[in-house]
Amino acid sequence: MDESELTAIPRLATKAMLRHDSVRGVELLLLPERVVLLNKSGAAILGLCDGSRTVRQVVTQLEQDFEVADLTNDVMTFLHDARERGWVVVT
Amino acid sequence: MNGMPHPYALLAEVTHQCPLHCVYCSNPLALLGRQDELATEDWLRVIRDAAGLGVVQVHFSGGEPLVRGDLETLVAECRRLGLYTNLITSGLGLTESRARSLVSAGLNSAQLSIQGDAAESTNLVAASKRFDKKEEAARIIREAGLPLNMNVVLHRMNLPRLDAIIDVCVAWGAERLELANTQYYGWALRNRDLLLPTKAQLEEAVGVYKRRKAELGERMELLWILPDYYEPYPKPCMGGWAQTALTVAPDGTVYPCPVAAEITTMNFSSVRDHDLAWIWSKSDAFEAFRGTEWMADPCRSCPRKEMDFGGCRCQAFALTGDPARTDPVCMHSPDHHLVQDALVRAHQADVAADGETIREELVYRRPHGSARGN
Repeated sequence: MDESELTAIPRLATKAMLRHDSVRGVELLLLPERVVLLNKSGAAILGLCDGSRTVRQVVTQLEQDFEVADLTNDVMTFLHDARERGWVVVT
Repeated sequence: MNGMPHPYALLAEVTHQCPLHCVYCSNPLALLGRQDELATEDWLRVIRDAAGLGVVQVHFSGGEPLVRGDLETLVAECRRLGLYTNLITSGLGLTESRARSLVSAGLNSAQLSIQGDAAESTNLVAASKRFDKKEEAARIIREAGLPLNMNVVLHRMNLPRLDAIIDVCVAWGAERLELANTQYYGWALRNRDLLLPTKAQLEEAVGVYKRRKAELGERMELLWILPDYYEPYPKPCMGGWAQTALTVAPDGTVYPCPVAAEITTMNFSSVRDHDLAWIWSKSDAFEAFRGTEWMADPCRSCPRKEMDFGGCRCQAFALTGDPARTDPVCMHSPDHHLVQDALVRAHQADVAADGETIREELVYRRPHGSARGN
């Protein structure tokens, strides 16, 4: 694992908006011309990408919240994909 | 509402007023006047009812939505309800202060249209000399902190300029560019013979699109909206009739798609007379083509019926006079010759005609009876 990837700070892209959809009972990511249906873990990860946490801190928080260990790889894979799709920017 | 789909998006056509006169406008030929438009309170109610139905995205369109001075009020209501908002604009009328007030009201994104890569294209296609305003609008949108999405409608006159059009959008800082091949409704259907490209033009353009998409990578997202007259199967229009989205016209009439007003044999309800939930779930027009039960052959027995839902009802009506028929674009449609004939006719038209000749033949989008009406 590259150390610099763990200290990077992910933030939801300006154009993206997360919301709970009470009508359908799902979590959504809203983009200019697109609506993405998120699974529970995707929504949890993106919800922590507010520009105040490093990737490592996101992982730690999720491990606490879900009471599981070793989420690093899962989170890194998701964030890599989210960044390629333009949902998340990393500083 | 057991099994009833929930719409994700509302297209709020707040006005038909527009400074441009695009020859492919999807608005109906009978444009509505200002006196027909819903009042602010009506739109606020529509937005609240839409949110209750499950809408999460509101696209403000028209006409030119910036013509309405109450746009900020409507955007703010969307923000209060947690709805994502998108402004679909020609860019004309977008000043820095207007952009600032829309952003502070909560606007999430903007889509700016261009007609081509230079002033001549806007002049020829939209009868407007204000291409300069579009570049300015692009800058204003970006400086307001909004993602800049762009859109260009493609046709015979601008397809050969595709490379240059993409260059313009890159230079202006677009994140995303929709290359929307003309869909033949409204004014575009009226001008079809002059807009339909040749197969060779399209093949060349697809090559340009693929090359530029690969070159641009993440820098700018390129989308190619298929020219359906050249496709073997119809488009899965709107994800099926009354499934994912709804359109409210300037006068409050509610449609399952932006061009359904053209189906003059159907009776569409208005938010002036009924609430949005009833119109969506109970009205005859929305129920008419929902699902697959309404289909006759060749759709009924077709393995693709859950993929393209029989194609577009509006296109079926526009070409055959019956909205329940298979979309004539489909190669299995008994009416497919109507599309084939249109292509043949378009190819016989003078592809090499100069700008002035084309200009004389084009029918520009103008309110009926206006001074320069066609």
